[in-house]
Amino acid sequence: MRVGVLALQGAFAAHADCLSSLGVSTTEIRTPQQLESVDALLMPGGESTTMSQLLEISGLFDPISDRISSGMPVFGTCAGMILLATEVLDGRPDQRSFGAIDISVRRNAFGRQVDSFEAEIDSTVGPFHGVFIRAPRIERMGDGVEVLGRFGAEPVLVRQKNVLAASFHPELAGDARLHDYFVSSMSTTRKS
Amino acid sequence: MSSTPQTSVGTQRVKRGLAEMLKGGVIMDVVTPEQAKVAEDAGACAVMALERVPADIRRDGGVARMSDPEMIEGIKAAVSIPVMAKARIGHFVEAQILESLGVDFVDESEVLTPADETHHIDKFSFTVPFVCGATNLGEALRRISEGACMIRSKGEAGTGNIVEAVRHLRSILGDIRKITQADSAELFEWAKRLQAPLPLVQEIAETGKLMVPLFCAGGIATPADAALAMQLGAEAVFVGSGIFKSDDPAPRARAIVQATTNFRDPKVLAEVSRGLGAPMTGIGMDEINDAQRFAQRGW
Repeated sequence: MRVGVLALQGAFAAHADCLSSLGVSTTEIRTPQQLESVDALLMPGGESTTMSQLLEISGLFDPISDRISSGMPVFGTCAGMILLATEVLDGRPDQRSFGAIDISVRRNAFGRQVDSFEAEIDSTVGPFHGVFIRAPRIERMGDGVEVLGRFGAEPVLVRQKNVLAASFHPELAGDARLHDYFVSSMSTTRKS
Repeated sequence: MSSTPQTSVGTQRVKRGLAEMLKGGVIMDVVTPEQAKVAEDAGACAVMALERVPADIRRDGGVARMSDPEMIEGIKAAVSIPVMAKARIGHFVEAQILESLGVDFVDESEVLTPADETHHIDKFSFTVPFVCGATNLGEALRRISEGACMIRSKGEAGTGNIVEAVRHLRSILGDIRKITQADSAELFEWAKRLQAPLPLVQEIAETGKLMVPLFCAGGIATPADAALAMQLGAEAVFVGSGIFKSDDPAPRARAIVQATTNFRDPKVLAEVSRGLGAPMTGIGMDEINDAQRFAQRGW
């Protein structure tokens, strides 16, 4: 299995390091041709407004959308979660998202950088160290969305079929268990 | 309602984390909310709010200080991307003010007139992360030992001339490559030569890279300049005067964003470099004397 890491902008290198530590081979994705060679896609944190624009300009938006619809496993963290959501609150008016997971997400809902924090999360892989950077908040979830991790009462890790999304940064925790969950538990997922 | 678990703010991980998020992006200098909108529209991953771009600071002379809080507030209100602002070297009160304004990153910058000719700010005592400039690896490690969470090449700001940034990146990255080849006894000598803490030198020998993100600043004026910095090993770029001192800022800003993402693809670089109008005029290094060199500020 080859995992693509969307490398338009953001923390793609940290995700690639995390996947490499599991022995998973990765490809940086900047063009539609590069997307064709991968079986799964990781969408990193970074600036969602920047990535949204670069997805359009690079011609990657539609091919990624098609691949997600046909069942390609995808894992979005922070800005990546915003890109996957059906609804983005406090975004730019021209900001597009894939609508791949039925959640409404508010950008920077936990505050600015001085409010960014670390905290323990209860997750499907056990307690996990959550790193929240100008983090988005899940304000609404559709029926098909399963909560796989919570910070207190807040859902912070969610899944709908082949789509996994986190409002925090597992790639900064020095702990590859969620990446392992993504590549091992979701690699056989197909949209029914 | 379940209780909220304990949280920690302002940790090194959280501070360096924001620097990670800015990788592969372009941070643009802006002096008005309108320019900040142009930058965000063009795909900037953050903006640097300041009163005058470096080219104007260079032209005007005098003492350059932290920007007016009102102006920083205006820029914060205009965009949703992170907002950075500059404090003078050693001026920890300017930094305290910037932190209280809720800026996302403080640049302890040689572009402003230094407030302390011996000491930099103790950056560990802040919740907000800091970026500092460096001309060589020793300077970078001293800034990291003071708590900087991102290093940028100093280059020579406000010149539109990439030569100094290239010199600084090559010096920092070249020494990192050499240190990875050094044996354990030689690392003591490296620490002494660099005037840098031994444990940081040892960590570089082990990991082969700087412990915080390394960005490029100082002299980027074209998409090709941005891609050059990235191919040399910078992880993102700051563009100061290069955008808003050019003929047509918006297309140039968009082009530099695309060039930074596609820095290894000459076809994209050729495409985005077309028809951008004149870049800023720029200054040759032999046209400025030592006293006018910002890069020499910092210790």
